[in-house]
Amino acid sequence: MEGHQLQHQAACMRKALFDQGYLDDQFLQLEDLEDEANPNFVEEVVKLYYSDSARFIRNIELTLDKNPFDFEKLDDIMHQFKGSSSSIGAKKLKTECTQFQEYCKIGNFEGCMRTFQEVKQEHAVLKKKLESYFQVFLLVHVYNCVYVCVDVHFVTN
Amino acid sequence: MVPWFYLAGKMVIGSSKKVVADQIEEVRRICALVVDDDPLVRRIHGMLLARYGLETEAAENGKEAVDLFLSGKTFDLVLMDMEMPVMDGLQATQRLRGMGVSSMIVGVTARGLEAEKEAFMATGLDACWVKPLNAEAIISVLDELAKKLL
Repeated sequence: MEGHQLQHQAACMRKALFDQGYLDDQFLQLEDLEDEANPNFVEEVVKLYYSDSARFIRNIELTLDKNPFDFEKLDDIMHQFKGSSSSIGAKKLKTECTQFQEYCKIGNFEGCMRTFQEVKQEHAVLKKKLESYFQVFLLVHVYNCVYVCVDVHFVTN
Repeated sequence: MVPWFYLAGKMVIGSSKKVVADQIEEVRRICALVVDDDPLVRRIHGMLLARYGLETEAAENGKEAVDLFLSGKTFDLVLMDMEMPVMDGLQATQRLRGMGVSSMIVGVTARGLEAEKEAFMATGLDACWVKPLNAEAIISVLDELAKKLL
């Protein structure tokens, strides 16, 4: 696949993430922080988020297994998870987290269980979409580097 | 608005670019401490501050922040998270002000509830923002910091 096709694909994937409501402006803030010294800052932050967020999900699962249900603890853990998700601009995920907290406030266990499945699904879906996007983004970068090297070779020879 | 400049990779304070440029040898580095139990927030806020030329360090909770000051370190700016294990932001801010620390301390909280922000402010903060901070918030904080340092 040629470079411009790869760039087009990356641009479309990125646009879809925003148009379909997966990401919000916070993601743009992260992109703005990328520079020559930190060219993979966004990918680094997203990886950090996914490695750290696994413990929130695990803690919620453990708390949901306990009897009697501790809605205050559930709300607290979800609040931290929502904050972390906000940091990468995970818009849909943030909405599901808020819904979960609403159910915690009224002590609705079935609502919490149902919404938690949505939270886990959104968490996994966003991870796949971002991984795919970063893969294409990397290919664009590699293509551009190879193209520049070939160009320089022909110029110098 | 008090001008501050991003000059030669460092944030400097000055009333005019010419004055600052002439006194470049005497320029003091502006130091910031990011206090948050979330490693993601520490990374993002640290990066935001570094983008504007600040030298940054990080602490995972209020106790670590207090210990840094007790060890003799000084910071011009502290970004203090409200909810943290071991020692939260309210306790840490009270402790630091009790120690006579006059650094600019800006609270950051994931909760936007006014009552909670007011309680946090009452401990001695200079300002309180909802996190995550963005570039606009950082610039506003740095404007206030520049007024404080000049």
